[in-house]
Amino acid sequence: MSNLFSIQNALESLGIRAIVTSDPKKILSSDGAILPGVGSFPEAVNQLHQLELFEIIKKFIATGKPFMGICLGMQLLFSKSEEFGVTEGLDLIDGSVISFANEAQIKIVPHVGWNNIQINKENKDNPNNPLQTIKDGEYFYFVHSFYVKPEPESMNVINTHTVYNGFKFCSSVIKENMFATQFHPEKSGKKGLIILKEFFTN
Amino acid sequence: MSVAFRIIPRLDIKGPNLVKGMHLEGLRVLGKPEDFAKYYYENGADELIYQDVVASLYGRNSLHEIITKTAKEIFIPLTVGGGIKTLENISDILRSGADKVCINTAAVNDPEFISRASKMFGASTIVLAIEVIIQENGEYMAFTENGRNATDRNAISWAIEGQKLGAGEILITSVDNEGTGCGIDTELMSQVTDEVSIPVIAHGGIGDKSDVLELKKSNNISGVAIASMFHYDFITFNRSLDGYDEEGNTEFLKSNRVVSNINPSTIKKLKKYLSSNGINSRL
Repeated sequence: MSNLFSIQNALESLGIRAIVTSDPKKILSSDGAILPGVGSFPEAVNQLHQLELFEIIKKFIATGKPFMGICLGMQLLFSKSEEFGVTEGLDLIDGSVISFANEAQIKIVPHVGWNNIQINKENKDNPNNPLQTIKDGEYFYFVHSFYVKPEPESMNVINTHTVYNGFKFCSSVIKENMFATQFHPEKSGKKGLIILKEFFTN
Repeated sequence: MSVAFRIIPRLDIKGPNLVKGMHLEGLRVLGKPEDFAKYYYENGADELIYQDVVASLYGRNSLHEIITKTAKEIFIPLTVGGGIKTLENISDILRSGADKVCINTAAVNDPEFISRASKMFGASTIVLAIEVIIQENGEYMAFTENGRNATDRNAISWAIEGQKLGAGEILITSVDNEGTGCGIDTELMSQVTDEVSIPVIAHGGIGDKSDVLELKKSNNISGVAIASMFHYDFITFNRSLDGYDEEGNTEFLKSNRVVSNINPSTIKKLKKYLSSNGINSRL
């Protein structure tokens, strides 16, 4: 999934002007940015290098403007992924991207559908956190075969957890001006729209 | 807690109209698809399926306009099927605003199409739709063209192969039960879910909330696509013909008949019922 136009439609329905672009100038001059993603981690990294966006993304984030990663877009922020062999990511958060297929208790992959989030109390009062009005246990739409695992020193980036077939994994992170979700806010109905609105109209 | 059981209204669309038939034919006009879609989105639908039921007649899928309209106002996953034959067709449908596509005939004719589509668009974007009719010897056979063309494929084996080729989900339609409200073929659904490890969505025959409970309790199904039970509920208070095209069989809508064997229900009532019976549903 991760239809670029879905995200644009969602933002525009909230009155937020959005463009779909890979132009470095347009990206750097925007008030906020979203990195979505479809396909595989190595493919996405390849494309980012080809479009010379690897450094542009880091540059944007360094400006302190709001930056959101969605699904594969969240995974790309991490150090590395084991999808189709080991590939290095943007390394803005210490940790790895790991396959659900390694967990014996998980019978169906990908994880598809609505699942709930448990909010990490430590991050609940972070003023940058767009989940402040979202209740514990709220449902959002997931579709993924890999999950992120922050390094022990980076556990404080964990914003929410979600449980799939008894397996608990990190479903969103928050670090300075970065916020990223494994789930798709643009496909999670009204609650998803609230998250987009809260993060970008601050 | 884990992932919720998905309730997915299925809208069969013919031109400007939402239609409903039995065994995937004999289509009655029930109203405008946009009205149904909006109502379902605002009242608990987890996803939506739009099926172009005359795609084979015109040789293509013609839903682009309604997909685009939907994508601007409805923010849950939308799956579109009917007449999707090439990678370009898939690209057009996704660009219009759909999130997933259903393929049936094109995959049966060229199984490698599933692989090519999966590699290009991501496995989770590609749903393999299998229409099933029971044969005299009790075997489940796969069909195409809204259940009109027999293939020589066993439906279960085809589902297994579909997963190997890269499909992200399987949608199984029991053509025998579709539109009848007589209940779902839980045996068919069990046989498929026993053999694949990707999500399976069941479709065909739901006439009452208890059919859905029976379905979920008897196997590891990920969701259910429902048409009659929801559409016939919506039209109990939305039966106006204002602004509809005169094309299509509107006799049913003009009369005030109900359909036997179908106990209309809203999505919310269904989910509350499932929840109170121990099924994880997004309320």
